[in-house]
This record gives sequence, structure tokens and C-alpha cells, in this order.
Amino acid sequence: MSDVSEDISRQVEGKPSKLWWMAFSVSSVLLAFGVYCMAITLWEGIGKWGLNKTVGWAWDITNFVWWVGIGHAGTLISAILLLFRQKWRMSINRAAEAMTIFAVICAASFPLIHMGRLWLGFYWALPLPNAFGSLWVNFNSPLLWDVFAISTYFTVSLVFWYMGLIPDFAVIRDRAVVMGNKTRALIYNGLSFGWNGGAKTWMRYESVALILAGLSTPLVLSVHTIVSMDFATSVIPGWHTTIFPPYFVAGAIFSGFAMVLTLLLITRKVFKLEDYITIYHIELMNIIIIVTGSIVGIAYITEFFIAWYGQVPAESYAFINRAFGPYWWAYWSMMTCNVISPQLFWIKKIRTSIVATFILSIVVNIGMWFERFVIIVTSLHRDYLPSSWSMFYPTMYDVGEYVLTFGFFGCAFLLFAKFFPVINMAEVKSILKSTSEKKSS
Amino acid sequence: MEGNKNFVVGIFEDEDVLLKAVGNVRGKGMKIHEVYSPFPVHGLDEALGYTRTRLPIAAFLFGMTGTILATFTQIWMLGYDWPMIIGGKNFASLPPFVPVIFEFTVLLSALGMVATFLVVSDMKPYKWPRQFDIRSTNDKHVMAIDLANNKMSKDEIGRVLRESGASEVNDKNF
Repeated sequence: MSDVSEDISRQVEGKPSKLWWMAFSVSSVLLAFGVYCMAITLWEGIGKWGLNKTVGWAWDITNFVWWVGIGHAGTLISAILLLFRQKWRMSINRAAEAMTIFAVICAASFPLIHMGRLWLGFYWALPLPNAFGSLWVNFNSPLLWDVFAISTYFTVSLVFWYMGLIPDFAVIRDRAVVMGNKTRALIYNGLSFGWNGGAKTWMRYESVALILAGLSTPLVLSVHTIVSMDFATSVIPGWHTTIFPPYFVAGAIFSGFAMVLTLLLITRKVFKLEDYITIYHIELMNIIIIVTGSIVGIAYITEFFIAWYGQVPAESYAFINRAFGPYWWAYWSMMTCNVISPQLFWIKKIRTSIVATFILSIVVNIGMWFERFVIIVTSLHRDYLPSSWSMFYPTMYDVGEYVLTFGFFGCAFLLFAKFFPVINMAEVKSILKSTSEKKSS
Repeated sequence: MEGNKNFVVGIFEDEDVLLKAVGNVRGKGMKIHEVYSPFPVHGLDEALGYTRTRLPIAAFLFGMTGTILATFTQIWMLGYDWPMIIGGKNFASLPPFVPVIFEFTVLLSALGMVATFLVVSDMKPYKWPRQFDIRSTNDKHVMAIDLANNKMSKDEIGRVLRESGASEVNDKNF
């Protein structure tokens, strides 16, 4: 048991490795470039982006939906798998939850930047008394539901994640006391809220964790449902479909698991956690990728079928244009990456191979980015009037703000991995005995 | 309880031994101050005779507050304070209000419950806990017995703890 404390706390207590510094420098450079692009966009206006009168939403909302989707796996792993008592989640949930939190921050940055004056964003988006008359925000709009969904999701995920960290901060505090490092002891005691590990506290703590999991489960489903309603409640052909909520939720879990895999494969290598994040975990996550990837594939086919079966000319045109119009390359990239590539995981050799998993996890996320791009841009670029038809070409500033989120995400995740215990020590210790008994028998 | 100063502390290596020891010690009529563990031990709260926590009730009440608040705020804002025709619909029609009602219910329920947890467990960032043995967060289970609450002598308590499977018995004075 003390091995667990030792292995996990070591990376918090020691100096960061060269590899860590290299990764952190790269992320900082990306972040700096992104901040530059964002500053120019805010100074000169949204005209710096490649948007035009026909395509009024493109990279920004694509990135927004992509990042929100990525966040979903964290909550799925920590909340839904907790309710189903899946013990394998225990060595991956902490990192996955951290990923959720940083991904949601990245996602939220896009609508805020799109508002133009992001420091007024909260003032415009929340129902606060204002100087525009007593005009309140429009509660009938899915965009406002999104504000509530994303902010609630962020807050609850943060609280859930932090609750899990409290006992582990106490472990690091007590190790610092033993080592005589007073500053560290003081900081980590503050972070642990003076945790004592008493039976009564544990009893309450478990009850809180269970209820938070119960609350997060419908919450995570509601978030991507509401994101999909941003599109589904409109009358744009290709968006106006009732399949969107389940299809978006499945896609979110699909891309989220892919991102968890990408990150964990790097983390276990950099921090030498091969004993905790094993091939068994990777294989189970790959199975979830097959399941959700297949659901997404069925949704694509269903959309096409309904476009034909519904016999609405605008709708049929939107779908034929998606596959064979000027954005055919985006559509077929999406189909290859999301529908065909995860099917390779049916082969046991591929789903237990670290290299193959790493490559496929990145391919899936490229595919999921294209999915959102295809849905958003191909539906918009053919307007009702052929005279308004147009194409979308991204500028450096569109790309720059996407880079910004990567830089932020990288920095935040690396700082988390350095200063916070990346694996939930208390949970791993609690299953240590039962799993080692299983192994010996 | 916080004022008491003299304790006998039993250290246990294994959670199953600990659970039996708790039953044994309580069976001898001794009062346990508290047991500290590195992870939640199943069945320990029942063995110690703790009543179930009422935090779920707190969560429910906070959640209901959120439901009611979000429902009436939306109806009041769009229906009475500044009515506007949006898409030709009623000023205050309930279905579009459901997402915000749901989110606000979850938000208040989660935040309220966690705040209640921190308050009832007396957890604050600047507070140092009383630690009977520093190893209790690492790999040892620690049973603390308050001398002032028990009639037995220190040696007798130590003997019972050892008989129940404690690997060490120490004194702890604050």
C-alpha cells in the first residue's frame, strides 16, 4: 500500500523531468501564438476570421463542440462507471476528469471570443439586471441553455474532481511532514481542507461522491443534448433533425475516450505508470470506442436514409451536397476516420497494441473534428438563395485560436500531472486487497 | 471531545483485522474515539455504530430550491417583468424553461451538498487536523481510544487492542 503512495506521490515531490520541460515549452509556445491571434481578433474584430455572410459559424463552433465532446469521457468514466461499480476506471478517472475540466474551459473560450468583448460575456449571457431596460436573456433559446449547461457542467465536474483529490492531497501533506518540507505540507494541507481520514468523514465522503456521480450522469447527457439543440432547433437543412441529441452524445463519448487514450498513453510513459494504467485498461477503453464509433456510424447512415425517406428536397440536397459537393473531402475524411478506423479494434492484436491505439486515438479525434465541421459548414454554405452560396476559408486567426486551446490544454494538463496526484491513491488502495487475492487464487 | 488530551492508539495493518477488532473492542464496552484509514473501509461505519449520514436529504433540499428558484425566475423575467413575443409563443411557456430548471437544480444540489459536507466535517483550508498517527493516510489503520471516556486503565486498553490484532499500541497526548 505504501508503494502506491510512493509511486504516485513521487512525481509531485521530485523535480520535473526533461521530457516534461520539453512538452511544457512546446505548449507554452502554442499558447503564446494563440494569445497573439486572440488579442488581434479582439482588437480588430471578428472580421479577422474567415466567416462571411453565408457561413456565419465555422471553426469557432466546430472547435467548441469538439472540445465539449472531449470533456464527456471524463465524466462518463468517473460518474457512470462509478455507478456501475466498474473498478477498472480507478486508475484512469483522475486524469480523465482533469481532461474534462480543461476541455470545457477550452470549449467555453470560443463562444466568449466570438462575442467580441469577452470581458462582457458573463454580463450578456447570464440573467443579470442590466442597463438595457429590464430586458432579460432569452430563456427560449438553446444558446442560453448552453450557457447554463456548460457552466453547470464545469462547476459540478470541478467539484467532483476536487472532492476526489482531497484525501490524496492529505497523503502528500503527511509525506511532506515526514520529510520535513514545511512549505509543501502547508500548501497541501490547505488543498486537502485539513483532511483527517476519520471513519465518519469517509462515510460522508462516500455518500457525497455517490450523489455527485448520480447528478453528473444525467448532467453529462444533458450537456451534449443541449449542444446538439443549438443546431437541431433551427430550420437549416441538415441540422433540423431529431436524431441529433443521442447522436451527439455518442459522438462525444467516442471522441472523449479517444482523447483519454492519447493522453494516458503519454502520461503512463512520461511518469512510468505502466503498473497502474495497463493493457487491460487500454483494451476496455478501445471496446468502448468500437461501441460508440458504431453508434455514430449508424447515425450517419440513418441521417442519409431519413433525408431520402422524408422526401424534403432541401434536406435531400443538403445530404447529397455533403457527400459529393465541394466539401466532399471533409465528409469522406470523417467517414474514414470515424466509421471505418474504429472497426479495426475488433482485432485483438490491434486493440491491445499501444502504438496502434495511439495512432487510432488521434485518427478518431481528427474524424470527430471533421464531423462537426461537415455538419456546420456544409449545411450553411449552400444558402436558400443560390446567389448567396459561398465557401469558407479559414484565416490564420481561425487556426490561431484553435492552437490557443491546444497550448492551454497542454500547459494545464502538464501542470496538473506535475503538481497533483494523477491517480486516485485512496481508491487504488481500497481495491488492492481484493484484486491481489483474485490474482493469487 | 476536542478538549480531551490523552489517547491510546492502536495501529492495524489489515482492514479485515480492523473490522473484527472494532467489534471486539466495542463488545468489551469500550468507547472508540474514531478510526482513521487511508481509504474507505466497507462496513466500518456500521461496525462503529454510526447512523447513516443525512447528506442525501441536504442534496435533495438544495436541489428542490434550485428547481423552484429557476422555475419562478424564468416565469417572472419573461412572463411578467419584460414580456416579449419570441417565435409567436406564449410569454411564459414551460417546455423551453425545462433545460435551465434542470441545470440549476443540479448546480444547487451539488454545490449545496458539498458545502454542507465541508461544514459538518469541519473542513477548512487553514485547519490542521488532529493526527493520531501520521501513517494513517499512507498504509495504516489507526484506532484512537479516549482515556477520559473509558473506565479501563491505559494498560488494559492496550492489552485489548493487542489481543484484537493491533500491530502496535502507542500513547498519544495532545
